Amino acid sequence: MIAGTYAIPGILVFVTSAVLILVGAIGVITLKNPVHSALSLIMTLFGVAVAFIAQEADFLAAVQIIVYAGAIVVLFLFVIMFLGVDRRDHVSVEPLVGQRAFAAVGVVVTVAGLITLMARSHWVTGAMSVSTGGTRLAGADGNVRQLGTAVFTTYLYAFEATAALLIIAVVGAVLLARRERANQEDDQTSQEVSS
Amino acid sequence: MATVATLIPLFALLGFALILASGRRMSERTIGVVGTTAIAASFVASVVVFVELLGRSNRQVTVHLFDWISVGTLHVPAALLVDPLSITMCLFVTGISTLIHLYSTGYMHAEKDYRKFFTYLNLFVFSMLVLVLANNLVLTFVGWEGVGVCSYWLVSYYFDRDSAASAGKKAFIYNRVGDIGLMIAMFLLFSRTHTLTYVGVFAHTGLLTPTVATLTVLALLLGATGKSAQIPLFNWLPDAMEGPTPVSALIHAATMVTAGVFLLVRMSPVLTLSSSGRMTIAVIGGVTAFVAATIATSQKDIKKVLAFSTVSQIGYMVLAVGVGAYGAAIFLMIAHAFFKALLFLGSGSVIHSLNGEQDMRKMGALARFLPWTFPTFLIGWLTISGIPPLAGFWSKGDILANAYDHSKPLWLLGVVTAILTAYYMTRLFVLTFRGNERFREVTHGHDPHESPWVMTLPLVVLAVCSVLGGVIDLPWIHHDSLAAFLAPTFGYVVPGAHEGTALQLSLALIDVAAALIGILASFSIWRNIVESKRYEKSFLEHVWRWDDFYDATIGRPLTAAATFTNDVVEPEVIDGAVTGVAVAVRRSGDGLRKVQSGFVRHYALATILGVAVMVVYLVARVV
Amino acid sequence: MNVPAAWYLVLAAVLFGIGAFGVLTRRSALIMFMCIELMLNAVNLTFVTFSRTLSDISGQAIVFFVMVVAAAEVTVGLGIVVAVFRRRSSTSVDELSELKG
Repeated sequence: MIAGTYAIPGILVFVTSAVLILVGAIGVITLKNPVHSALSLIMTLFGVAVAFIAQEADFLAAVQIIVYAGAIVVLFLFVIMFLGVDRRDHVSVEPLVGQRAFAAVGVVVTVAGLITLMARSHWVTGAMSVSTGGTRLAGADGNVRQLGTAVFTTYLYAFEATAALLIIAVVGAVLLARRERANQEDDQTSQEVSS
Repeated sequence: MATVATLIPLFALLGFALILASGRRMSERTIGVVGTTAIAASFVASVVVFVELLGRSNRQVTVHLFDWISVGTLHVPAALLVDPLSITMCLFVTGISTLIHLYSTGYMHAEKDYRKFFTYLNLFVFSMLVLVLANNLVLTFVGWEGVGVCSYWLVSYYFDRDSAASAGKKAFIYNRVGDIGLMIAMFLLFSRTHTLTYVGVFAHTGLLTPTVATLTVLALLLGATGKSAQIPLFNWLPDAMEGPTPVSALIHAATMVTAGVFLLVRMSPVLTLSSSGRMTIAVIGGVTAFVAATIATSQKDIKKVLAFSTVSQIGYMVLAVGVGAYGAAIFLMIAHAFFKALLFLGSGSVIHSLNGEQDMRKMGALARFLPWTFPTFLIGWLTISGIPPLAGFWSKGDILANAYDHSKPLWLLGVVTAILTAYYMTRLFVLTFRGNERFREVTHGHDPHESPWVMTLPLVVLAVCSVLGGVIDLPWIHHDSLAAFLAPTFGYVVPGAHEGTALQLSLALIDVAAALIGILASFSIWRNIVESKRYEKSFLEHVWRWDDFYDATIGRPLTAAATFTNDVVEPEVIDGAVTGVAVAVRRSGDGLRKVQSGFVRHYALATILGVAVMVVYLVARVV
Repeated sequence: MNVPAAWYLVLAAVLFGIGAFGVLTRRSALIMFMCIELMLNAVNLTFVTFSRTLSDISGQAIVFFVMVVAAAEVTVGLGIVVAVFRRRSSTSVDELSELKG
């Protein structure tokens, strides 16, 4: 484990991840330019990856970077550029009356309540899952193998389902992004299909 | 006996059924014959039963026809009670009915709906016979309602006249109001004695507390005032004169209106339990007699005078019942049936001869044109005025003597009423038969013609009965008199009133004096004049404004309430409630719709707030 | 020294709150999506923390699947945004208010 090998104080890691996460999050919600928001999002995702590593979720940290920061945010940027909405969004004016106030109240109450609840219940009161019986996070062969075993044996159905989901999502995305056939010449359609 | 007794009402029913079923096939003549013969047959049957009854020692025979109602403890048979009271009633009802049927064949000649008349008339006699022969209150009530319905039909005989139709309705409605009394009496009696047969109730009178007995008596009185046209339900009777004259004679003089008195007499064992009830009855009777007599002095229509006279005479009968002189009441009932029917039929004859004119101001000097009607009418006039030795003198004297024993004020009222009776009847007689001819324009210059024999024969018979009728209950004859015959029905012997004493004689003299005073006063006033503001007060002519009083206190408020309910309550409250529900639903829907603003962020906000609420709840539980 | 799991949990909660606020407040559909990603990440962090505290690999497996689903969701979601934008040439969600009551 990386943390153990280098004996970096845990608190330093925590502070780093916390700063990255929070600054990035606030950036996402306040920046006017969508591209800037996307970049802030990347910062947050990196912070989360650091936290993952601190929690001994090495594989997930890698996947986080590759998939989330590397694919999803890129996808976001593609769409932003494609639609040409990298203009400024007017954040100062809130057309819906009272939205911000109520939103703030609701969010603050929820978060505070959640923290209180967790504090009251000694933070961690969950039980270990019955099926795995509390598998260690990293066995003799490392975290990847543990995770892989869990995914491909215990959670095989979920795995297959998510695979199907991915295919459906791809098909759906293609369908949604198609241009309509109306007002199109037949040869233009066939030209598009073949290209 | 049982068979013949059943035949009494059955003949009348048969007549009704035959005429009803005949359709247009029967000629007028046949209808008249069938109708009259049916009632005559009933009369003959009544006589046979009467003779048979005389030969018995136990004069109370129950003829059971069939079981009618049997529910829980309520057992009401369809059965007849043949006893002195009921057979007496049967005799004079069928007898007079026969005469009036005969008379009607002439009077109603060439009327359209001749058939309808006789159908209803026969049905009426049947109902009346059921009423008097029934052995229990419920069957009596059936007859009671039957006569009420037939009265309604016959009063509205000329139904295309508004006044006739209204009069029929008025008669029926007033009767119905009175019927509530009879029903309440039935309920009260049944609740205590658990039976409604007369024999049964009278056997258990001990079960009635004084309060219940008084209430029962008052309830019966209410029923009687409705049917017999006493205060406070009397003003339907003058209006009922809209019906043809034979109807007025039969129903509203001789039979139906006596049903109330009959009921009270029949229920005498219950009446004896309540002295306050009897006093009320006596007062009502006396006051009605007086009030009606005052009204009769100022009426201009010949039939209206006779109508109020009927109310007044029945008042005497009710007074007699109130003071306990049941035999005297029945005696007057019979005598009154004779002379009042005579007077009505005679007036019918007069009206017939004058082509339908009923206003006495257009009559006069008819004596020489109506050789049969005039003398019979004269006898009727003298009888009702109370001149001895005619029937009216004996019967009225009997009642007044009994009244004197119980209540001097009521006796005095009776005497004053007797004076008034003589007065207004003399006025009627003078205006109609004597004085100057005033009818020429009504008869278009012709002489009035006497009625055919079918109409004058009944007049003669009734006149004879009026003369000789006193015989049935002369004050010094006790064993074979009416009172003795009827006594077992009342459960006790009616005490004779001071027989042979000077008091009796002086009372009789006062009666005669009253009659003579009335007659002479009337002669002197009305010999020369036809109308008089002084002697015909408008207040009296308009029935002491009784109709207006009822209209103002009952009619208008009820109509106003009904109109209010219709115009205000119905559309605003009832419809309003229904539409209000719909409107409320729609408005609440409109209000709730605003939650769906269409903005995604609003929905998201709602979600977060919902989560916040849940979290708060969970925290509150833990903290 | 190990940081108590509580701190990470609090951090995740705060991140979740920030993301929620962003969803409610921003008008642009794309920014809203990003905020949803923030919330998903907060959840992932929570799961991983618990997974470590309870020594159970299941938490990480769940996070694995969450990421897959998040990817699929973004794909389809952005496809919808593109389709909508073609019609209206604006990504403001406030303009999609025709389904009001």
